[in-house]
Parts: sequence; C-alpha cells; structure tokens
Amino acid sequence: MSTTDIIDTLAGIEPGSALDGIRGRRLQARENAQKSYLSLFAPIDTSDFSLVERAAVAAFVTGLHGESPVATFYRDKLAASADGAALLEAIDAEIARGRTSGPYGSFPAGPLSVENTAGLIYRVGAASKSVLGTRLVAALEHAHLLVFRPRDAASTDMKALLAAGWSNTGIVTFSQLVAFLSFQVRVVSGLRTLAAMNA
Amino acid sequence: MSATVNPPVVFTQDELGWVSWIDPLPEAELTERHFNGLVDRARAKSEYFRLLVRDPEVLEARTKTDKDIFYNVADGLPRAERELAAAATSRYNGCIYCASVHARFASTYSKRRDDVQRLLDEGIKADLGERWNAVVKASVALAATPIAFGPDNIEELRRAGLDDAEIVDVINGASFFNWANRLMLSLGEPSK
Repeated sequence: MSTTDIIDTLAGIEPGSALDGIRGRRLQARENAQKSYLSLFAPIDTSDFSLVERAAVAAFVTGLHGESPVATFYRDKLAASADGAALLEAIDAEIARGRTSGPYGSFPAGPLSVENTAGLIYRVGAASKSVLGTRLVAALEHAHLLVFRPRDAASTDMKALLAAGWSNTGIVTFSQLVAFLSFQVRVVSGLRTLAAMNA
Repeated sequence: MSATVNPPVVFTQDELGWVSWIDPLPEAELTERHFNGLVDRARAKSEYFRLLVRDPEVLEARTKTDKDIFYNVADGLPRAERELAAAATSRYNGCIYCASVHARFASTYSKRRDDVQRLLDEGIKADLGERWNAVVKASVALAATPIAFGPDNIEELRRAGLDDAEIVDVINGASFFNWANRLMLSLGEPSK
C-alpha cells in the first residue's frame, strides 16, 4: 500500500501549500490518522474481519455520506479487493436504500425524550442478503445505526453481531473502522472546503 | 454487564463511569503488544481501553491522533475551544458520556462553566457569544450526515477571529469526536 498520506490525497492538499504547512504543525495527528487507516485496511491480522469485509463496510459507510472523493476511493478499493467486485452491485443498492439524514434516534427516557427524533431503521434488502451473507448483513445494519443514529445503540445490537458470527475482537475492529471513517470523511470535507476558499 | 448500571438521563458535567457490553481483555492477559496499544500503561485500569485494546494497532494510532489534536497547544486554537468543539459534537450526536468529559475540560480551560452548562442544558442552539457560537455551529455542521459544513462556516469562524490554523483545529477536534462518540455510544453505556 502506498505511503502517500490518504487524507492529504483525498482533500487535494499539495506539498508546500499553506494547508500542508498547517497540517505539519499537527504532525503526530497527521501520521497517526494515516497509521489508523493502514492498521484498518492493511492490518497484520485479518482473522476476525477479512479484507473484503472491511472494503465492503467502508464503501457502504462512505457511500451513505453522499457522493465524494472519499466514497469513490473506498468503492474503488472494494472493486479491487479479492471477491469484492461481486459485492459492488449489492453495496450500491444498499447505499441507495440506506441514504437518509442524521443524526437521529432516542435518548434515555427522561427530560431528553423531547429531543427524540424518528428516522429510518435500516434493514438490508431481501435481494442483497444472499450475496452479502450473514456476517455482512449484520455488519451493514449495525454500520447504518452507527452512521445515522449512534445514540440508539443498545446491548442487543452487540448480541446481534455476535449471533451473526462476529467475535468480540472483530466487533471492536469493525466499530473502529466505521468510527474512523466517520472522522476521515469529515476531516477531508472540512479541509477541502478550506482549500477551495483559499484557491 | 452488571445489574448496578445506573444510566444518566441528562447531559451533565459530573464524572461518569462507563460499562462495556462485550468482554474487555482481562488485565492479566495484557502483553507488551497490548501495552503499546494503550500508550499510557495506566489505561489498563479502564474497561473502555481494555476493550479497544483487542485491536492494539488501531487503538495506538487512534490514541496518538487524539492526543495531538487536543493536547498539542504549542500553537493554534486554545484548548478550551477544542474541548468546546468536542462537547458540541457529543451533545449533537447524543453521547452523554463524551459530553460529560469534554464539557468538564471546556469549563476547566475556559472558566465559563455556566456557558458550557447551557450548551448541555439548552443544546446546540444555546447563545454562547459570537466566537463560541461559530465553533459550535461549525462542529454541528460537520457532524451532520450528509455533512453540512461549508464556506459559510469558515467565513463565520474567520469573522469570529479564527485564522486558518485555528479553523483546522476546529475541523480536527470536531471530526475526531465523530469517531469517539460512535465507540462510546455503541460498545457500552455510561453509569452514574
């Protein structure tokens, strides 16, 4: 895998530019955002979460955020993954079914209940289930919750992942992957906006 | 995991505990690879970090990203406003635990505890003055899905006196909490 900084690449930050200099003042953050990306997508151990599963979840999660260079990047990664091309059509269909606006969901019952907001409770479409398989069906449903309504998460959601064949360690890495992408897509969006204003 | 969980039902600056819904690694099973992942050995006492250390390489990189975004105050945005971005993001996403920690830090570094409490009580529309309003609004726009952050947010931050390096600190701090909130909210729950 290339050692080019993935956030710089996706945000279009040129070496020697003003934003390159600003990012250089948070060198540890820049280097470790890159290490986070590499440890999620080029890990030393794939036994609990395979590379094609990682690429499929990433394409789905970034696609749910709308068209962007980040979404294109992860869709291409899935297409290039071993066994990934066979999943593309189903992932594209599920992105289209799952797109909505967040965050929404419920708070613990009490004074905050007035802020509860209803929204889509996404479930994978029947047509995609056999292509995706049990583990990815559970993963996409949980990923959608993490993207749009993280405050709805409950212990029963962990049980659903365990029942679908996810290990405790697999759940941790999968959760990190979705959460990391939630960070990465926003940093890229913010930096692109700033770069465009300074162009 | 136990019957003693007492979840908070409001946003608060009080110290909260956090209880995992799946099994953290037992302290006795931690190896040097795990301690490298924890970065600070003392984090072996935390259930949250002993859960995340199931993937040590990701945890190590995440922790070092976090620390530089928030603790590197050699230049850029004051710590108080980085914490404000974290608290506002957590308030909007609905992470009571994360909001408690970072509201507390925002109060400590800004000495504006009452304003921070108004963010928690009234929510993201609370009027906290031009500069803080701009930071809160930018953080909220970044947290929305699809992302609602745009040139208007940057112009507002500039009018409030932030330069580009400080704006990048807002972007980093707010974006990072979209990572942190999702882990804290989905792998366990807070307890009073």
